[in-house]
Amino acid sequence: MTLAYDSFRPYTFVDAFKFMADNAGLMWSKTTEHLIVSGEAISIALLIAIPLGVWLGHIHRGSFVAITGSNILRALPSLAVIAIGLGYLGIGRTNVVFALVVLGSPVILTNAYVAVDGIDPDLIEAARGMGMRPLEILLKVELPLALPLIFAGIRTAAVFIVATATLGGVVGGGGLGDIIVNQASYFLRGVIAGSIAVAALSFAADFVFWSLQRAVTPRGLRLQARSFEPMSPADDAIAV
Amino acid sequence: MTGPSLLATGPVIPNFGEPPGGKNGCIAQNGTFCWDWVSLHWSDILQPRLVEHIQLTAIAVGIGFVIAFAAALVAHRQRWFEPSFSVLAAFLYTIPSLALFQLLVPFTGLGVLTIEIGLIGYTLLILFRNTLEGLRGVPEDVLEAARGMGLTRCQTLTRIELPLALPAITAGLRIAVVTTISLATVGAYITPLGLGQPIFYGLQTNFTTEFVATGALAVLLAIAADLIIVLAQRLLTPWAHSRRLAT
Amino acid sequence: MSGEAAEIVFDHATKRYAGRADFAVDHLSLTIPAGEICVLVGPSGGGKTTAMKMVNRLIDITEGDITIAGRSVRSLDVIELRRGIGYVIQQIGLFPHMTVAGNVATVPRLLGWDRARIDARVRELLELVCLDPDTDHSRYPAQLSGGQRQRVGLARAMAADPPVMLMDEPFGAIDPITRERLQDEFLRLHKEVRKTVIFVTHDIDEAIKIGDRIAILREGGRLAQYDTPEQILASPADDFVARFVGADRGLKRLALRTLADVQLGAVNGTSPTDPRCTSSMTLRDALSLMLTEGAKQVVAVDDAGRPVGTLSIEHVSDLLGPNA
Ligand SMILES: Nc1ncnc2c1ncn2[C@@H]1O[C@H](COP(=O)(O)OP(=O)(O)O)[C@@H](O)[C@H]1O
Ligand SMILES: [Mg+2]
Repeated sequence: MTLAYDSFRPYTFVDAFKFMADNAGLMWSKTTEHLIVSGEAISIALLIAIPLGVWLGHIHRGSFVAITGSNILRALPSLAVIAIGLGYLGIGRTNVVFALVVLGSPVILTNAYVAVDGIDPDLIEAARGMGMRPLEILLKVELPLALPLIFAGIRTAAVFIVATATLGGVVGGGGLGDIIVNQASYFLRGVIAGSIAVAALSFAADFVFWSLQRAVTPRGLRLQARSFEPMSPADDAIAV
Repeated sequence: MTGPSLLATGPVIPNFGEPPGGKNGCIAQNGTFCWDWVSLHWSDILQPRLVEHIQLTAIAVGIGFVIAFAAALVAHRQRWFEPSFSVLAAFLYTIPSLALFQLLVPFTGLGVLTIEIGLIGYTLLILFRNTLEGLRGVPEDVLEAARGMGLTRCQTLTRIELPLALPAITAGLRIAVVTTISLATVGAYITPLGLGQPIFYGLQTNFTTEFVATGALAVLLAIAADLIIVLAQRLLTPWAHSRRLAT
Repeated sequence: MSGEAAEIVFDHATKRYAGRADFAVDHLSLTIPAGEICVLVGPSGGGKTTAMKMVNRLIDITEGDITIAGRSVRSLDVIELRRGIGYVIQQIGLFPHMTVAGNVATVPRLLGWDRARIDARVRELLELVCLDPDTDHSRYPAQLSGGQRQRVGLARAMAADPPVMLMDEPFGAIDPITRERLQDEFLRLHKEVRKTVIFVTHDIDEAIKIGDRIAILREGGRLAQYDTPEQILASPADDFVARFVGADRGLKRLALRTLADVQLGAVNGTSPTDPRCTSSMTLRDALSLMLTEGAKQVVAVDDAGRPVGTLSIEHVSDLLGPNA
């Protein structure tokens, strides 16, 4: 490849912030695009993976789909999936959103499945013995107890999707990746500015879902040891 | 500059006369996936890039493992070591690899060194975290029993702690390998090495089969590597059940 | 079906798990009179849990039937059936995301009671199981001790005042001292509420203490004997039962009665060195007292310390003899 490489000077980081200020319009529109692509992908992933994972966990079946299948999807190289998607879906946002859904939903699926499937069978037995119907067991016992782990999965997936959306720049998917792959136009300071914006978005996504996770964790569970861990971004993070 | 701007300029198919398959064949029509192209370029494009990709991954995971393992042993004894490492980890994970490789170029140039440094950086974090978690996960009563039987610190480490940490370490290796395979494709954005090279080249020239087929090959490589590691895990740590939280 | 205790009848109730040749419960027939505690006891794997769970249909009956107050459990809607049966398990199964009050209110809420009625009922039950309605009410299971959790489990099972209670090794995971206290509390409670109870345990001493009647199940889910504790200890049906209740069954029988329950000997002729005891002492403890003091008899005294009768070693052995 023939890249015009910028040299790095000590004040390039300062320049990056100047770049943001000077190109506020560009930064704003790319950040918005980035959020739209990520938001669409997260929403679709949630709509597919949560009902499927919760349902499979509820009936205690399909561990092959929810765990083995999921692990295979998680092993896929992001760029390769985006490239294949481009070939079949053509250039643009659809392809990127599709790839992000494929790459991001397995974590949600696995966590939702494990969360519901792993609930102490004694609790379910007690609930059945008291005369709860399957739907009542799902809504009153399984879901409340599974929510913290389900949200942990959503949180990991959200951070992953926001960061991976950057690769969309390579295939014309828009977003902050457009700045990061265009060093020729924006120079290293632009690349750094784009990266800082991606990092900020990832952090924001992490924080939002961490707060939600905290909010949905029943107080009785928080009193049990180790059922809720403090926010530590490095723990679940996946490099993209 | 490369990238999306070129995609808009239409197919740039190298004109070597009649393409295999004829004027109306898959290659000439820029079909999504042409077997003709795959078989024609298996030996001069796909196979060499595949071998390079495996080498890039093996070197990164190998060096990363040695460093991370040593660091984890230190952190296991010296508590202060871990927080500093975790902060570095948190920081590195928020930078998209696409940008990280570019940021390294001014320091390490356009060669293989840049890719390897980036890849090693990512593997370090995963391997360090898992090894340390494994070592710390050894139950206190087991350690006490070992002390009670008169094992030295070193013997406790090699005979008790490391074997018991093995499932966590191999789980870390698994994540490190698939992550590295993925990131190495992105690394080709900087240096034309590995399976990322035909993908980026195909994207630039808008020759669909090249990036689709190479992407598929990278997918197969990742799945194969994942399966091999799972099998190795089963053989190495038969006592550890493979069911483990996916986060 | 709430309130009044109900008679439970096992009529050749049989369970055979799919893919297994042997019976888990083999044509079990027994009648539990309304308001009594029936203890199912026997070795592990004897089918106690299976027999119990057939009553609330957590396990389907393969053959035969079980009736509650004359109605077959098979004919009732399973959800309604379960809501009318209190259910306590060893692991307790308290919902960790609900407070004590939330746990106890589970079935009343399912039944759609109004708030005021639920609140009143929860308070009443917490008092009944010796918890503090004001402080324990809003605590979570994670904040309770093992004994307290079991009390909440019991309160939860009784919430809708079911005529029937099923209890599967409810005190099995609790330390011996707390267990004894819970057993005593449970017996006191049972006197107040008079429900028909099926109580599963593998501990013969617990069975003897708790049960109005004891059903001993042996391997293969066969009923070895069904009788009162006294009768089982006095005349075990076969070697299996004799071994199961233990070689000290005579002593266990003595523990069932106090000096007040038997005809005591005349007071004259007692020596001042004879040990004294109250009439509420069990015969077993009285015998132990004689043996440790090296005396031939004990003297029962009333509250004022006046002798009311004597009990001699010969008298004790007559009470255990074949003609007793
Ligand atoms: N769900 C099941 N599937 C197959 N066999 C079972 C099942 N539950 C219990 N059993 C078998 O039925 C027999 C009786 O079990 P159980 O009622 O649990 O005995 P207990 O409660 O007396 O220990 C045992 O041999 C046990 O292995
Ligand atoms: Mg049992």
